[in-house]
Amino acid sequence: MKPPLPPAPPRAPGTWVLLASLAALVVASFASLPLQLAAFFTPEAVTSMREFLAGFTPPETTTPFLARTLTALWETLAMSLVGTLLAVLGGLVLALPAAGRAGRIARSLTRALLNVLRSIPELVWAALLLVAAGLGPFAGTLALAAHTSGVLGRLFADALENVEPLPEASLRTNGAAALAAFLYATLPQALPQMLSYTLYRWENNIRAAAVLGVVGAGGLGQMLKYHLSLFQMQSAATVVVAMLLLVAAVDAASFALRRLLTR
Amino acid sequence: MASTVHPDPAWRGRLKATVVCLLLLYPMLVASEFKPWLLFDPQSLAAAGGFLADFLRPVLKGEFLAMVLRETWQTVAIATAGLSLALLGAIPATVLITERLSISTLGTGRMRPAARLVRQLLRWVLVLLRSVPELVWALLFVRIVGLGPTAGVLAIALTYCGMLAKVYAEILESSDAHASDSLLANGSARLPALLYGALPESSAELVSYTVYRWECAIRGSAVMGFVGAGGLGQRMEESTKMMAGGEVSTMLIMFVLLVALADLVSKLLRRRLG
Repeated sequence: MKPPLPPAPPRAPGTWVLLASLAALVVASFASLPLQLAAFFTPEAVTSMREFLAGFTPPETTTPFLARTLTALWETLAMSLVGTLLAVLGGLVLALPAAGRAGRIARSLTRALLNVLRSIPELVWAALLLVAAGLGPFAGTLALAAHTSGVLGRLFADALENVEPLPEASLRTNGAAALAAFLYATLPQALPQMLSYTLYRWENNIRAAAVLGVVGAGGLGQMLKYHLSLFQMQSAATVVVAMLLLVAAVDAASFALRRLLTR
Repeated sequence: MASTVHPDPAWRGRLKATVVCLLLLYPMLVASEFKPWLLFDPQSLAAAGGFLADFLRPVLKGEFLAMVLRETWQTVAIATAGLSLALLGAIPATVLITERLSISTLGTGRMRPAARLVRQLLRWVLVLLRSVPELVWALLFVRIVGLGPTAGVLAIALTYCGMLAKVYAEILESSDAHASDSLLANGSARLPALLYGALPESSAELVSYTVYRWECAIRGSAVMGFVGAGGLGQRMEESTKMMAGGEVSTMLIMFVLLVALADLVSKLLRRRLG
């Protein structure tokens, strides 16, 4: 015979309201979207899907096309590196006022600016910057720089604020210039952390740069969009494989680097 | 005078390092077509200037605002529906791949070859699902199902299924094994062992990760609109193409507000459920 179960612990009524509103949100989402999910399970849809997928194989492997893919891969890598470096410069410039070195008002104003830079995704930046910089990798580079400046600026500012203030203060009281005191006392303390943030963002930016091109901002993404819009599925498959290889290589490299650094 | 100039003792090394870095950087600058002067050529300056000037006058007409609000809701709905579908795939996948529920590992510490094979195969499928960026999934689905929110929902569902299942399995495996192991060793089935042994300890972490991913999905669904997957992004792309700075500005403000709101709600939910 089973012993009776102990009574369930009571739940706060607020939790029930929360769960009910979550369920309502999910139901409302499905109800309000014009989804044609049922259309996926008709026999015609299945055959057309199979034909569509079969169109991707085999990926195109002619030498000139592979060379073009390689060029786009290099372009993607270059975009991510240059974009990250620009972001380091921009982030540093913005981090100084954001760390409260130019007064309270400047601090909150710069932080608000950093928040705006950061909350607009790279892709949206790219679409906007196409107007000023034209089609091509330059717009993508600037887009990465704009978004990453927001992220790095915030992280750099926090790193600078958390640094021990005493060394800089003692240099200053002993008559060192403001810039020298910052460069030789505060910056070296924050530098390792800033460097690791930068590497982490670079890793993110390589991934972002690969897809940024779908709005026309250069690199692998632009190639993918181009071949997909011409329904050249085999070429598109090669580009997708190149993207996957790039991401896998970046993951492996960062894993190995982290192992090396933390050992 | 106190202000004698002390040269930096390491300046030679710093100078050399800078020069070497710049030389290495040069091919990168060429490949990324880094030509900042293009920004200042009169023609693009005029175009960008007009676009930016429009930015200062966000369009606030009632009709347009109603449309923006509708699209914003659609963005949220795409993220929520996509995440729900992702959970439908991710939860069974988690139950299958997590080593916490492996009965053959009990005591021996070794898994049956067949079980190991199934787990590894499913893991590879999940790796594939999450390594293709969601934007690329969206682009592919737009080709299959046409423009509209269906592509966005499916793209989020596939990518997040791969991510959630992997992280769920990791969370379960990193919790204390004692309870679920004792249940399994005493003959409990796998599902009760999961529900009564493993879940109570890790449920808070699981919920908080899911809510965080929901927040990410909202951002992702807005971005996916740019390739035609519906929602705020699609309207933003159209307005950008027409160089309607005022409309883009309104939508950007809406987008920033939406992200901030999602952040807030996610923090609230995590505190409540976590």
